[in-house]
Formats: sequence, structure tokens, C-alpha cells
Amino acid sequence: MTNLLVGLAGNPNSGKSTLFNALTGARQRVGNFPGVTVARHEGAVCRRDAVINLVDLPGIYSLSAFSEEEVVARHFIMDEKPHLLVDIADATALERSLYLWVQLRELGLRTVLVVNMMDELHRSGRLLDCARLSSLLGIPVVPTVARKETGLTQLLDAVVQAAQGAPPPPLVIAYGPELDWMIEELARKIERNDFLTTFYPARLAAIKYLEEDGPILTQGRREHPQLSAEIEELARQYSLRCRSSFGESSASLITDYRYRYISSILGRGVLSTDSHIRRLNLTDAVDLALTHWLIGPVVMLMVLYATFWLTISLGNAPMGWIESLFGLLGDLGREYVPAGLLQSLLVSGVIDGVGAVLGFVPLIALMFLAVSFLEDSGYMARMAYMLDRLFRMFGLHGYSIMAFIVSGGIGGGCAVPGVMAARNLRSPREKIATVLTAPFMSCGAKMPVFTLLAAAFFPGYVTGTLFWITLASWGFVFVAAKLLRTTIIAGPSTPFLMELPPYRLPTCKGLLLHAWERVWQYVRKAGTLILAVSILLWAAMTYPGLPEQRRQHYDHAAATIRDRNDLSAEEQSAELAALEAGRAEETIRHSSAGRIGQALEPISTLAGFDWRTNIALVGGLAAKEVIVSTLGTAYSLGDIDLENSGMLAQRLAQSPEFTKITAVSLILFSMLYAPCFVTVIAIGREIGIRWALFSVVFNTSFAYLAAVLFYQTATALISLA
Amino acid sequence: MSGVCLRHIPSNGSCTIREVRAEGELGHRIRELGLIPGARLSIVGRAPLRDPVAIRVRDYTLTLRNSEADYIFVDVVDGNTIEADRD
Repeated sequence: MTNLLVGLAGNPNSGKSTLFNALTGARQRVGNFPGVTVARHEGAVCRRDAVINLVDLPGIYSLSAFSEEEVVARHFIMDEKPHLLVDIADATALERSLYLWVQLRELGLRTVLVVNMMDELHRSGRLLDCARLSSLLGIPVVPTVARKETGLTQLLDAVVQAAQGAPPPPLVIAYGPELDWMIEELARKIERNDFLTTFYPARLAAIKYLEEDGPILTQGRREHPQLSAEIEELARQYSLRCRSSFGESSASLITDYRYRYISSILGRGVLSTDSHIRRLNLTDAVDLALTHWLIGPVVMLMVLYATFWLTISLGNAPMGWIESLFGLLGDLGREYVPAGLLQSLLVSGVIDGVGAVLGFVPLIALMFLAVSFLEDSGYMARMAYMLDRLFRMFGLHGYSIMAFIVSGGIGGGCAVPGVMAARNLRSPREKIATVLTAPFMSCGAKMPVFTLLAAAFFPGYVTGTLFWITLASWGFVFVAAKLLRTTIIAGPSTPFLMELPPYRLPTCKGLLLHAWERVWQYVRKAGTLILAVSILLWAAMTYPGLPEQRRQHYDHAAATIRDRNDLSAEEQSAELAALEAGRAEETIRHSSAGRIGQALEPISTLAGFDWRTNIALVGGLAAKEVIVSTLGTAYSLGDIDLENSGMLAQRLAQSPEFTKITAVSLILFSMLYAPCFVTVIAIGREIGIRWALFSVVFNTSFAYLAAVLFYQTATALISLA
Repeated sequence: MSGVCLRHIPSNGSCTIREVRAEGELGHRIRELGLIPGARLSIVGRAPLRDPVAIRVRDYTLTLRNSEADYIFVDVVDGNTIEADRD
């Protein structure tokens, strides 16, 4: 048995993931490339007497190492030294696809070229002579249709066979009279000094220096600072010479010559047009409507709304099942575990906490199915294309749209999958701005809070209030994004060079694997970190308990009520409930969370919040729906059912310290303040733990500022009037 | 004569790239995607807010912002008329 490490490289939209899924099926492991958030998919396939360990590299157009994906691919190739690389080319855009292959071969790597989507090529009326291409390139070329799983065994055979042969010499292409002598000059100097030659062929190192390639410059400076400086200086002089004589830098000329090489290969009878088939381009026809200046945006709104509606309406039932399951578990816990701290920890801490988190699983799964569908079908790229101009004004990116919609841009989403949906964004600054502001959206957990306050203070105008809240959250997203992009993540917008791939029907396998992977990541988090935090929050609301004397007072009072004979059974239980609610209020006031709430009062009164609201907001750090139930406890109403918060609304409306202004201030604050704990974790996963902590501080400060500003202005205006 | 800026080519117009003036990362990106002197391209369409622009080059469709198209200078093919300067 031989073990082969094989990398799978190719352009985005070339069907690389489809091919990888077809080859490895469900036997794949998902991890991360070291130090970055780019996911690493690995899977083993057996063929003949070889075990092929396939690593799916991120989709890239070149190895120039500007983007995170390119850096990852470079590191994999240089550090892990795969036996062979399978380069997947899109048959319909072969010229562009071969650019990456040229770079791989210049590195001297063994390659097998896969020409994928042969069926699309034929439909477009073109023919490709694979045997001829193979002999011209000097490597095996395998035609495939990954989505129909044809050509896979031929590919595996070619891989096994190619991996056994001697490593081929690096590809040498002519860079013309302008560059060839410069490359030779530099290569000689590099070879003479044995500089970096263990990593790069000398000629390639010379080319890379002329390209001002980042990774090689860094590596060279580390290995031999003085020599590296000399070579850099020489390369710089050469480049200046190119510019003055030919009007282009050496780096540009190198790219030009690579494309000239590719064109010359394809021109030698490799690609031909089959005149019998009329060229039919469905994508162009569809795009006439879908990116039309008027029809385009209308259809986009409909698609977004449908995505949202489907996810929510299909997700509701399974969400209910999970909730009832955990409700049942809670009841079992209350029945079989003796009352006391252990029961409280188990039921209120563990079961409720984890249940709340797992309840989101169906929603996340559906949301990701929908997002993957939009992405794999090619429609997502069209949305980004249409919205880019608008979003760019605020320092965001066309691709930000999905994160905002999923987070609750139409009301009722969830920021956890929303933040994860920002993964499609390839521009780092825009991605950070998107991830930090997406939690402002009206997620499903904030809706009960808004509904409660709207019902209490704007009765008869609840729907309207919710509409304005949603609109306001978009406004705040744009303001905050602009603020962030002009201060701490300032910088020019990342170039928007995006391919509009042809429309394609996504494969079921691809969609399911994709959704499953993200759901699993989320569930794993729920099992570990989220459990720990649920327990911590439970402890904060439980400890320290009431002093012995107060507890005795309540026990005594309860016993007195039970002993009274002048009350009917109903009256008795009503009095008991009132007493227990009072005990709950005092307990929470006495707990750490309660003390925090009281300690925060001097600051929070500026925004109009008293200690009860503070506790609720602290509780909302775990999950926003906790705000309502905690307010219930703090206003001594006992347990508040989320669906039926009428009593609490009444109570709030009657309470003298709670006015319309306070209500709006609270709406603003809960819309904007720190994302819930699960979202913070998701942010940490996407853009790093520092940004996650930053989001807690920034969003809370932003929310506080907005609430105080509103509260103080409104109060001042009222007192003037 | 340095050709016409890509921004001013009307939809459905075809042209040949004469020069890419961008440097650094952007210049590198543009060229790596096949937008090099001599390449034929046609304008497929423009987004609803007239930016970005979608072009067909080397058998695929690429979108780029007007601010990026400004670096690309082209020679017009087939006598397309040049749109009046809108901006």
C-alpha cells in the first residue's frame, strides 16, 4: 500500500467541491488550515494499491498570495509537499483556468489536469481534444462531469500512475526577449549562492522576484538578508527598465507571457467549434431579466423574502419539537431530582441553557441549505453584483446582503447563521464590518422583547412599531458600518473582481454536506462552551441565595397560608403564587446578577433603566429571549411564558418609572447591544476572538450611546413642551 | 493615443484591451483574470445602479467596479459609438 498526499486545486466555481464530494462522499474530515478560518476538507480514497489522501484547497485563480485563500494554498504546497496536485479546470473557461496550472507547473509540481463540465462545453457547441492537450502540456488530462460523477475512476487511475513516475522538470515557458535575459541573470545569481534552492527552482525564484511575490520576499529576507537585498535591488532595476522600455512592469509582462503561452497551446487545434450545434447560452438570456435594472431588484426582493419565509415556516415545527423535548427533559428533572440546588442547576442551568441553543439547529440547517442553494446556483453572485454600489457607500460589500438577511434583516432571523453566512465574503475589512453589524438585525429572539414593549406602550400599533424597528436596525447597520470603516477598519474597499458563473442546478449531495458541516460545528459548540456559560449565568442569578432568615420568613408565610381555613383552594394557591413570585424577586435582587443590576443603576438611569431592566439585559447576554423572562421575574410575576406576556405588558405600562420614552430607549438598547453569547462565539470563529470581544464592547457602547442620546433628548423635549 | 476608458464603452459593445494602468495588487488581479493587452472583451451589462459592470472575457463573465474599469483602456472594435461621459 502506498500513501499519497494529493491536493485538489482549482478556480472558484470550477466544480472543485462537487468533484471532491463525488470522490470522497461522506468520508471527509473538516478542519481548519493552521491560523486561518479557511476550512480544510480532507478525505481518503482507495484505488488499486494506493490510499489517496485528498485535501480540498480553497478556490483560487492564482498562486500570487494576496488573499487568505492563496496564502493557504501556497503554504500547503510548500510545507506539506503533496505528491501530486489535481488541478481542476472549468472546460468552458479553459484559458483562464490554465493560468493556475502554469503556476503550479512552474513550481515543478506533479500535476493531473481535470477538465470538468465537459457536458456544458459540448452544449455550448465547442469540442476539446483532451489527448492533444495532454501531449502539448506533457501531463495527464482527464475529462470529467463531476456532478454526474463521470470520469472519476479514470482520474484516480491517472493520479496513481502519475504519482509513481519520476517528478517532471519544472515547466519553462518563454518570457520573450524583454524578460528572458533578466530571469537568466537573476537565476544564475540565485543558483551560484544556493539561495532558497531547497524551496524553489532557481528560475522560478528569479521569476517570483521579478513579480515581487510577497512570500518569497519574506522567506528570502529571513534566509539571507544581505543577498536577498541585492537580488531585490537587481529585480527592482529590471522592473524599472521594463517600465521605461515597454511601458509595463516586469510583473505585468510575466502575466502577459503566461497567457500568451496558454493561448498558443489552445490555438494548436485543442479547442474547436462544432458548427452543427447552435450555441445556446441560457445564462445570458436569464440574466437579461434577473439583472435588469427594474426586474432584477424586484425578483431579488422576492427571492430574499421567499428564502426567509421558507426557512422560518419550515423551521418552526422542528424547533417546537426540540423545545418540547427539552421541556420534557426539564419536567423529568424536576420530578426525579430532589428539589434544591442540584435540580435548579440541572433544569434551569443545563437543560434550559443547552435546549435554547439546540433549538436553533433546525433554523440554522434550513438557512444554510437556502444559502448554499443560492450560492451554488450562481444567484448569490448576481445579488452581490446588483447591491454592491449601495453597500459600498457604507464600506460594506455586495456579498454582505446574505449575512444581514439571515440575521433578521426582514425580521425574525438569527445572527448565528447570519455571521456564518459572511464566510462568503472574500474581502477582509468588509467582512469584519459585516460580521460586527449583522447582530443589530431583529433576530427571532429579540422579537418577543419588541413585541412586549410595543404591546405595552404602543397598543394597537404593534405591527407598525415592529416595522419601524426593522427599518431602524438597517439604518443603524449602515451608520455603524460607516463608522467602523472610517475608523478602526478604515482602508480602501477591496477590489470587486467577481466572476458571474453560469446558472447551475446545485447537487443535493453538495447542499446536504455543506449544511451538515455547519450545523455540526454549531452543535459541538453547544456541547462545550455554551454549556459552561449557561451554568455560569445560572449561578449568577442564583448565588448568593437569600439569607437564612429571609428564607425562613418565606417558608413561614407559606405555611401560614396553607394552614388558613378561611380560604378556598383557588384563593390559597393564588396567594401562594404571589408569595413565591415575591420570593423570586427578592432572590434575584439578592443574587450576583441582581447586584450587578443595582451597581449599574447610576449609569443606566441616564438611559432610563432601573435595576430590574439591568438584570434582564444582563440575562439577555445569554440569549435575547431571556430579557422577557427575567423582566418577569424581576417584576415578581413568576415565570413568564414568551407567547403570553400580556400580564407583564400591563405591569410595565402601569409602572411609574416606565414611560414611552423608557420603552423606546430599551428597544434601541436591546436592538444594538452586545450580541448574544452564541453569536459572540460564532464571531470568534469567523474573524477571531479579539473581534468577538470587541463586538461585545463596541456594540454595547454604541447601544448605550444611542439609548442615552435618545432618552435625554426626548426627556428634555418633553419638559420643554 | 492611449485608447478609450472601459467605463465609456456602451453595453453590448466590444473592444480590445490596449493597456491596464493599475499597479500592485489590483493590477495583478486584473491581469491574472485574463485582462491583458490584446484580450477581446464585450460589455454584458451594468448593475441597476450602473455600477459594477459585467464583461465577457475569455469565455467567462467577470464583474468589476467602474473605479476599477477606469484603469483599463481599450480600442473599440466594429466602430461602436462611444457613450457620452455620464459622470
